[in-house]
This record gives sequence, structure tokens and C-alpha cells, in this order.
Amino acid sequence: MATLQEIVSKQVPLAPGHRMCSGCSIPVIVNTIIAASDKPVIIANATGCLEVASTIYPFTAWKVPWVHLTFENAAAVAAGIETAYKAFKKRGKMKDDVNIIAFGGDGGTYDIGFQALSGALERGHKFLYVVYDNEGYMNTGNQRSGATPFGADTTTVPAGTMSIGKTQWRKNIVEICAAHRIPYAAQATAHNTLDLFNKAKKAFAADGPSFIAALQPCTTNWKYDTALTMAYSKLAVETNFWPLYEVENGKVHINYKPKERKPIEEFLKGQGRFRHLFKPENRHVIEEMQKMIDEEWERLLKLEESQVQI
Amino acid sequence: MSVIKPLSGAQAVAEAMRQINPDVVVAYPITPQTPVVEYFAQFVANGLVDTETIPVESEHSAMSATVGASAAGARAMCATSSQGLALMWEVVAAVPGLRLPIVMPIVNRALSAPINIHCDHSDTMGATTIGWIQIFSENAQEAYENMFLALRLAEHKDVLIPAMVMQDGFIISHGVENVKILDDDVVKKFVGERNPDRFLLDVKNPYTIGPLALPDYYFEIKRQQEEAMENAKKIYLEVGEDLSKLTGNKYPYFEEYRIEDAAAVIIVLASAAGTAKDAIDEMRVDGKKVGLLKPKLFRPFPYKEIRDAVKNIPVIGVLDRSISFGSYAPLYTEIRNSLFELENKPKLQSYIFGLGGKDIFKNDIKQIFEELLSGKVNPEEQKYIGLRG
Repeated sequence: MATLQEIVSKQVPLAPGHRMCSGCSIPVIVNTIIAASDKPVIIANATGCLEVASTIYPFTAWKVPWVHLTFENAAAVAAGIETAYKAFKKRGKMKDDVNIIAFGGDGGTYDIGFQALSGALERGHKFLYVVYDNEGYMNTGNQRSGATPFGADTTTVPAGTMSIGKTQWRKNIVEICAAHRIPYAAQATAHNTLDLFNKAKKAFAADGPSFIAALQPCTTNWKYDTALTMAYSKLAVETNFWPLYEVENGKVHINYKPKERKPIEEFLKGQGRFRHLFKPENRHVIEEMQKMIDEEWERLLKLEESQVQI
Repeated sequence: MSVIKPLSGAQAVAEAMRQINPDVVVAYPITPQTPVVEYFAQFVANGLVDTETIPVESEHSAMSATVGASAAGARAMCATSSQGLALMWEVVAAVPGLRLPIVMPIVNRALSAPINIHCDHSDTMGATTIGWIQIFSENAQEAYENMFLALRLAEHKDVLIPAMVMQDGFIISHGVENVKILDDDVVKKFVGERNPDRFLLDVKNPYTIGPLALPDYYFEIKRQQEEAMENAKKIYLEVGEDLSKLTGNKYPYFEEYRIEDAAAVIIVLASAAGTAKDAIDEMRVDGKKVGLLKPKLFRPFPYKEIRDAVKNIPVIGVLDRSISFGSYAPLYTEIRNSLFELENKPKLQSYIFGLGGKDIFKNDIKQIFEELLSGKVNPEEQKYIGLRG
């Protein structure tokens, strides 16, 4: 049997030569997810890092059908493709089966694209929506989004003598999507490609819309060494900052439970966006963050244990 | 055999869509466009079409899903009015650059604020510069036939840009007239199937649509769109000739009504042209030499042809159903531009009328003609018809 590495590297739909930053984890996420499809895929891409860096005219890095329209509507575009596909099937214009995937960043998903996403999930289009979540508007240089974590320094809500950076926790996008009663929603990340691959498999097999939020550490605007992307991805999981879990037909299953959860400082240290939190006067922010993470984890455990439908 | 049916303008356009039987129709309601999507939804519910529909959550998503379906290879449509057009504007502006031949019926309605559901042209006049073909319809019959004309024009391989087919909100969309409906088979043959060269569902031939273009290519792509517009002007007449064989009607850039010997001419778009024709007939009985020119194709605009048509008219009144704040009114601007090359220009007067659905009456038109015939006009003054004192 082929190893995951062999499967993923056999076909790289997002070809080398794209202009993503050194150390960027988006290509790993994209290629792993597409590799999990046993059917041809069609991609709808929101404006953002992936779109900008993969298709500078007259070049394209895409070896699969790909469309970009604007920022906030990847889910609506995917809905249009899926509906055209249904029409073509019905009218005998097409034989192949396909999987339709929408990719958006967190700005295009949590914020400006949220309405189109919610509408498409509610209508039940069969497609997979993937947010590559780098926790801010990173394509344009680190502006705050609904995904930016508490305490992070961004250019629109900077840390300063009177500011700790962002004062709100991020939206729980996975549970929000699951609450649309879609068959499959999951949280994944870049370093655990087997987990991501398996989740994409389940998403494609779902009878209806599916959603994956993949944490995508951003070397450029989280401000860490380009060699450390996968290390930060792993730390996000080991600290319970970004638990790996899935919601199948409304029921939570946690895919990985750290034997001993690491303190959140392990994840924060070395990231420029959290540097200010290590000043003595901001110590309370880290403590508060730790408390929130632990409470969220407890809540997630309860959801899993109770099997209460989200 | 064609049949005569009593239909509202909205029904007539929905009937055209039934006969076109698109692959995908995306629906979001907005007054006064709502009956278009409602009638079409009834056709779907009763199996009169096998179109796949998407009842979306906003106009922004309506146009986005229409683009997705069209890029996928489908013949895809949506319809809107006013605020809906404004909300989807970002995506509307992107469609011509993607070269997707989407046809969108528009039921013209005033733009907020104040909120107003009635007719004027401020919605589509805000979208004249972004690369859509725009065809105005005087009545339900024209709205019906313009749908077929627009579809063949937009999908022509030398055009491949989207088209709006306009009709006046409530006045036409909700008013019932006798409409001559072609046979389904005749329409089916006329519109054929959409056969794009490249499309997303052609999975064996991967295709990238909508890439980033920087200063080295953006300008060139926009220049190609302008070429498509130039082609559209030529092909409009060719498609019109084909359609004429089926309907017996003509599809010129503009309709000329009793202007050959006219001493004064009114230029006006859409339903008000019907009122003007009645006024003209009555004034002609009284020996007044008056006439009408009604532009049908607004984008691309037929400057030269209009110039040639009106060069010997002594005085022209241009009636606009929208204001272009701080500049000359939209139609008036185009007519002024059309006349620039003439050494002896007709006298011109600009009138604004009917904003937010205010009626224009035959007597208003007659008074305008009397003013024009008196020669007391000022091309730099904007006059207002029927305004409260």
C-alpha cells in the first residue's frame, strides 16, 4: 500500500513554481486535501494568499480546474459550480463525477465571506469548504480578523502602551458550521497530514456540505523562523490552542488528546505577534489565555463525552 | 405558430426564460423583479423546465453563483432590480473581465435613499461603464424578444460579454399587455445550446479562470473587452436580423418615430416612449411636426448612427429618468456627445422626469414639444418635469 507521502506527492495539483512565501503551509494543506479525492476536483478560490500567489497572469500553478471571482463569495461560486454540475448530469452533458472544493482564508471565511458560506451550507450543496486559517489578513500584512486570537498584535489592532492587541477570542467557526446541520465539519492543521487527509476523505464522502478549518501557521506575519512552520502547527495542537476534532452528523469526536497539554507559552514564544505578552505588565494576558484554552478544552471533552448534537 | 397571451412584463421575461430553459437560474427576490423569479420558480415546480435553480441568500451570492455556474460551462441567469444590482455590483463588474456571457433581466427601480420601489433608471445608469451590454425595452413585447437577442449576442464567439435586458419597474413589469409568444421549438432552435471553448466542468482540460493580472497584462485585458463591445455593436444588428425572421419585428439601435420631417424630436428610453408616441400622434393631427427617437441599445452606444439620424432636426429634447448628480443626465450626455462632430448642431434641451416612479403624462410630453417648438431652449440648463412647486 502506498504511503501517504507517496499518495500526496504523486499528483501535485498545486504545482511547484507558485509564489507562496518560503515556509508557507498552504500548499501542504491544499495538496493533501486534493490528494484525498478519488474524483477529479474543481476549485473555487476566494481572494487571498492562495489565489494571489498561485495565478499571476499569464501563469497558473493549477493543474486542476480553478476559478477565482472575488473575496467573499467562494462558497456561492462553488454552489454555482455544483448546480451546473447537477444540471449537466441531468441533461446528459457530463459523465464524470467530481468533487467541488472552495478554499478561502480566514478573512474570506469568518468575516467577509461568512454570509455566502452560511447560505451555501444551509442550502445543502454538496461541496467541501476549506478555510486555511492563518488567523488574520496575512496576504495584506497582518490585519485583524474574526479568527485572530486574543492577545495577538495586528496592524489594525496593534499592541501598544494602552493595548494588549486583540481583546476578543476568535469565533468558533467549526461549531458554527456544524450548527447548520451539515454532515461533516472538522478542525485540522498543517503538520498532521494523515489527520488532514482522513478528514478530507470523510468530507468528500459526506452526503452534503462539509467544512474543514485547517490551521495554517504564517511565517511572515506570525513572525517566526521559516523552518518552524510545522513546529508551530504541532505546538498549537499540543497546547490545546487548536484541538484536532471533527463533528460528524452533529457529534463531536476529538482526534487527538495530548497526554500532557503544554502551557500556552510554548506556542506563544518565538512568535513576533505575541512578543509583547512576555512583558511583565502583560503577564495576566497569558494567564487569561491559558484559562480560556483550558475551559474550551473542558467544554469540548464534555461535548464528546455527552454526544450531544451540536 | 405564435400565440398572443396577456402577460405582464415580468411574466413575459419569465416566459422567455422558460423557452430558453437555461441550465441554471439563480433567484433572489427584490421588488419589482420578484414576479420574474416567482413565475420561473412555478415553471420549475411544475416541470415546464428542467433548469436547476439556486434560491440564494442575497444578490451578491446570486451573481456569484451565476458566475460559478457560467464558468462551469452552464447557461446561467439571474435577475434583479435597484438595491439588488447595487449589492451585487462588485461581482457584476467582474463578469465582463471573465468574459462570461450571462444574460440578466433587470426591472428598473429607483435607488435608495429615500427607499422607493418604483421605476427610474438610476440603478442601471450606475452600471454603464463596467462592460455590460445594455438593452432597454419599451414594453413587455420588447422585453420578451430582447431576451433572445441578448442571449445570442452575449454568447457570440466574437462578443462573450454579459448583457442586461431592462424593463421599467411596475409600469411594464406589472402592467399586463398582449404579448406575441413564439413557439417553443422556434425559440429553442434560435437560442441553441451554449458551447463554451473552455469551462470548469471539462475536467480533462483544466482551466484557470479569474487569475491575478498585474500592470503588465491588466490593461491589455481591458482593451480586449472594449474590442468585444465594438464587436457587440456590429453583431447586435446581425442577430437582430435573424430574430426579425421569426418575429417580424425590427431590431435597430434605436427606433425612429415620425422624425423624417420633424421640427422637434424627443429622445427618451423605455416605457415613456409609448406615452410620447401617443402625444406625437395627437399633435400630428393638429399639424405639429414632432417625432421621437427611442434608443434601444444603450451599451454599446450608437453615437454615429444617432448623429446621422438627428442631424437635420432643428431642436431636440432629451428626457432622462435618472439624474447624474453634478453632471449632465446620462442619456443627455450621450446625445450631446453624439452631436459633437456636427458643424450645425440641433438645439438641445435636457429634462429630468419620473424619478421614483412619478408619472409622466401625455400632456407633459405635449408641453415639452411646445417648448421645443418655441425654440426657447438652453443646452446648459436641466429642466424638471412634474416636480412639486
